Parts: sequence; structure tokens; C-alpha cells
Amino acid sequence: MRMSFETPLVEVVNLTKTYSGSRTWFGRRPTGWVRSGTVLPSGKREEIHSPIVHAVEAVSFRIERGRTLALVGESGCGKTTVARLVAGILKPTRGTVHVAGIDVGRPGKHGASALARSRQMVFQDPYSSLNPRWRVRSIVAEPIKALAQRPNTQDIDREVDCLLEQVGLRAVDGKRYPHEFSGGQRQRIAIARALAGRPSFLICDEPTSALDVSVQAQILNLLKELQARHGLTMLFISHDLAVVSHMADEIGVLCDGRLCELGATDTILTQPRHAYTRTLLKSVPDLSRRRRSSDNSAKFAVQTGDRGRNPIERSDDC
Amino acid sequence: MTALLEVEKLRIELDRESGSAILVDDVSFAVEAGQILGIAGESGAGKSLIGASILGLLQSPTRQTAGTVRLAGKLLDTRSEKAMRRVRGSRIGAIFQDPMTALNPLLSVGAQLIETMHAHLDISRAEARERAVDWLHEVGIHDPKTRVDGYPHSFSGGMRQRIVIALALCASPQLVIADEPTTALDVRTQAQIVELLQRLARNHGTAIVLICHDLGILAQIADHVLVLYAGRTVESGATAQVLGSPCHPYSRGLINSIPMIGDSRGQLAQIEGTMPSATTRPPGCAFHPRCPDRFEPCDRWTPQLKEIACNPKDPMAETGRSLACWLHSGADREKDRDRRWLCSCG
Repeated sequence: MRMSFETPLVEVVNLTKTYSGSRTWFGRRPTGWVRSGTVLPSGKREEIHSPIVHAVEAVSFRIERGRTLALVGESGCGKTTVARLVAGILKPTRGTVHVAGIDVGRPGKHGASALARSRQMVFQDPYSSLNPRWRVRSIVAEPIKALAQRPNTQDIDREVDCLLEQVGLRAVDGKRYPHEFSGGQRQRIAIARALAGRPSFLICDEPTSALDVSVQAQILNLLKELQARHGLTMLFISHDLAVVSHMADEIGVLCDGRLCELGATDTILTQPRHAYTRTLLKSVPDLSRRRRSSDNSAKFAVQTGDRGRNPIERSDDC
Repeated sequence: MTALLEVEKLRIELDRESGSAILVDDVSFAVEAGQILGIAGESGAGKSLIGASILGLLQSPTRQTAGTVRLAGKLLDTRSEKAMRRVRGSRIGAIFQDPMTALNPLLSVGAQLIETMHAHLDISRAEARERAVDWLHEVGIHDPKTRVDGYPHSFSGGMRQRIVIALALCASPQLVIADEPTTALDVRTQAQIVELLQRLARNHGTAIVLICHDLGILAQIADHVLVLYAGRTVESGATAQVLGSPCHPYSRGLINSIPMIGDSRGQLAQIEGTMPSATTRPPGCAFHPRCPDRFEPCDRWTPQLKEIACNPKDPMAETGRSLACWLHSGADREKDRDRRWLCSCG
């Protein structure tokens, strides 16, 4: 156990995000409606129906300083929603997120800028997360300008050069535009930008899933190296358990917006408790294993198919 | 027995104002009926161009400037749109990466299947509809009788990819070109789609050219693998051999950079640098600037793709495995240019 005075850097309690899809397209009614009564101006009470989508439900976890927690799950399970809630891009319906003791939902005046400094995010798609009209130098300098106490042009220039070199680019690359770089290099730029505010907490939302394996290895190594150098705490979102096994100290498995398993990486990978975790583990492609297409697995695929994916009509048993 | 698909010395060039750049050079391979050939490599290696070229779908300014494509022994005129229209769909099917854009959003999936079968097979629409339902069932769509009238937007990504597979296979082509069919899907769906492809190839005797950057998937289902780097084949052979004991430093680097569950959590092996573009290819072996084992001939002469001799006692024995790397040339490499590469395992 850690000493009580060393509070975790990130603490998420009972985080829930629901969407009420009261608007319907072309009047089409999705399944799983929740009734609610509304009083019309005429005094009549009308039954309108509004579906409630549970994107994330009662998710709690904590990340100690300098550690990495990874969230894994299929698409649509709420991984990115959790990342965005923790990043403060979305507002939670219920529950709280504390980063370095500051409530992300109600940071207050000073808290907001402190949060912006301490917490940064790297997005999945390096093609759309960089402004195509800005030179790389401006992209990386922007957080420094916005967050530093008294920005001074020379200091900013020096800082940007240093950041570009840290992520494996050259200082002269700062003069170029994002389109001149490959996917992996763009992700390096995005990482440099995230580090520009000198954060202590980095949220990585599928940072390598748009990249080739060889480039993925480069980016994962870079992230680990930067984590060691700056003592970064990381929330790492990925669908790939093999990637996660390399990056994370702890793994949380999300299924239909709920955390179905949370524990140390080795425990989860060697003794998965939850059936869903075992399914995920089984579907990781393995070079040494040649899957037999004995038709049991094919039947399994047909039966389970994509069921349970739709958060509106999901069941309670997972 | 001749192979179903034979591609020989394929070359694809990009026309530019300042002369042409070679994107794919001297690529040859063959696929037999019921077999799966995997083409691996990083983005920009020219994998998809090869697929597009076999389908006759290369678009200006890229064009095929040399090489032949034979399907069941007959030469395909891949440069003639008229000839290829008859071949595409009926004899060669195609599955593309993104199931979100491969389907027409304004037509029900049934209509798309019926249209394809009606165009290529000699059957009535009613019969085509019946077969469409059967196909949806075969690719694992629930309740195909009702879903056949559904529109693409009402299916999830994995389901749409199943429909795309049904579309590619419904006119019973002999060959299917699958260009990154699972890249847009997540792991669990990916595993399902891969199994589906393998099952269909086996049951229908369809040959598949599977273009895929994920070596894990190729290891599971491909019979043969061809590793492409900067438009040239660097290594090819049976999957177990190429992925199990790779000879080329590039294939080895690619395999080592895949994170594996159960490995220690240290540094991942990585290949330094990035692949050169078609205009900035270095002389000699295109991989040499990134190669950890480069030595003196690498930056001067391009190694030719030649068969590997595995057994030192019988160097001319068929191994079905090719390589292009000076590391395996033996001591007297300049004396005998026609000699085979030597396998490091032998």
C-alpha cells in the first residue's frame, strides 16, 4: 500500500455519461424507450418517449503518479468517451474526475488553467488532429503561449526546438507543414504539442491505431521513453491488448460502458476473470498460432455477432 | 498444375511532369485455387497498387508499364477497361478496406447483391434474390430474410464488411482481391472476418490475394506470404517459413516490432527511420539506410530476387522461397551472380 499522503494523480469515481436521444431521424423510433411525462401548455399530460444511451456507466479507477492505466475494449464500448470525460472535453452526467486534486467538472478559475497545464491529450488520428494551415512550429508553440506565465519569444523558440528533438524530429522540421510528414511523424508532432504545456498527466486515445506496426513500435517506445524522462502519468486507450501489455501497469477492460475487470497487467493477461476479457485475449492475432477454422469458432462468430453492441438495447448481464 | 493467378514482372509507374517514378518493380507471384497469398508491407510499399493493377483499376497518373497478369492460364488485358469490366465481379472479386464507403448507401444490400448476380450470372431476379438471402446467411447475418431489404447504414462496420464479402463472392469468382479487409474493424470483429474469409476460400475453392499490413492476421490464414518493401519483393515463401524464420532484415524487423502478450515490458524492437518514397529511393538495396546489418555491397547493387537454397548438399532443390538480400550471398558473390541465396538456417 502506498502512504496516505501520496494521493493518486488521477481519481475517477462513479463516472457516468448518458445521452438522451430525444431527437429522432425522420421520426424513426429506436428501441429501448424510457417513458417520461411532460405537461403540455394546455395542461394535458403527454407521454413522450426518449431513449437513454448509457455511453459510460459507473466507471471508477485511480492512477498513481508515474503509472500507466490502459483501458481496452471494442469499438463502441465507451473507451474514447472515458478519455474525453477525463480530458474535460465532455461533461459527465454523474460522478467526478479529479486530476492532481482538482475537480475536472468544477475546476474554478485557477483550477482551470492549472488543469490545462497538467493534463494533455494525444488523439487517434494524426491526420485530422493537426491544423493543416499552421506550420509545425506554431502548432507546438501554441500551448506554451497559452499556458506559460510570461511567454518570451526566444524562450518559446528554444523550447519548441527542444520538444521537436525530444520526439525525434529536427528543429528545422518546425518550418514545414503537417502534410509534409508521414503518419508516424505527425503523431510525433502531436506528442510534442501535448508535452509543450509540461503536463504531468497524458491521455493517449489510440495513439498508434492509425499507424503501421514498424511505426507503432517507434511511437510506443517514444512514449515510454518520454514517460520515464518526465515522470508522466498516462491514461492509455487502445483496442489492442498486445500493445497495452507493453505500455500499461494496470488494465481496465470496458464492456458496454462498464468496467468489467480492472487489475494489474500481468494478472489480467494471465488470469483473466471475466469472460469478456478472455474473448478479447483470444482474438489478438498471434504470429506463432495458426488459427484453425474449425467451424466451432465460426459458429461462435455468427451467434454472438455484433450483439450487445448497441448501448440502447444492451442487456444487464455483461 | 498451373496456378490460377500468375503475375509476372509487374511494374507500375507514376507519370509526373518531371519524368516517371517507379512505384512497383519486378513483382511476380502465383496463387493456386483455394489458396491465400498474403502481401505484407508498410503503407506506401505498393501493396494496394498491385491489387488495383490485377483488377485493372489503376488510375491515371499511375499505370502498369510492364508485366503480365494471367488468370487460369489466359492473359488478362488489365489495361483495357472493356475487357476488365467482364472480368471484375464475375471472375475476380474485390473487397476493399473501408466497408463504410464500399457499399452504395442508397440501395438496400439485397438490391446490390441482386444487381451483381444479375449482371454476371445467367439467372432471374427472383432467383438472385433467393441467392442473396443465402449469401447473407452464409456470411453470418442474422435473420437474412428481413435484413436483405436493409440499407447499409443500419449495419455495423463488421456486418457491412460481411456484406462486402458476400458481394465479392456472390458471382462465384475464381479469385478475390482483399485489400486490407479488416483494418477498419476492431480486434474481435477482425478475428471473425478473418475466419470467414478462410472458411469461404476453403469451401468454394476461391483463391485470395490478401493485402494486409498486419502480419498477425497473415500468420493465421495465409498459405504464402510476400513481403514488399519500396515496391519490390524482398522475401516470399510459405507463411510458416517466412514469418517463422525470416531471412531478410526487413521482414525480421517487421516481425520483431509487433508487440506480443507475454513479452517483457521493455523496449519494443523498432526499425529506425521511414520507408523512402518512390522519388527518394536510395541506390542499391532500398532498405539499406535502415538496415542494421548493411555492409559494403548494399548501397551499390540492388539484390535480385532469387530462390533460396536451404540444403547445402543440394543447392538446386526447390524451396519455394525467394529472397533479395546480400547478407545471404556467401563469400564469392561477385563471381557467380546466378547462384541462389543461401539460407541462414542451413
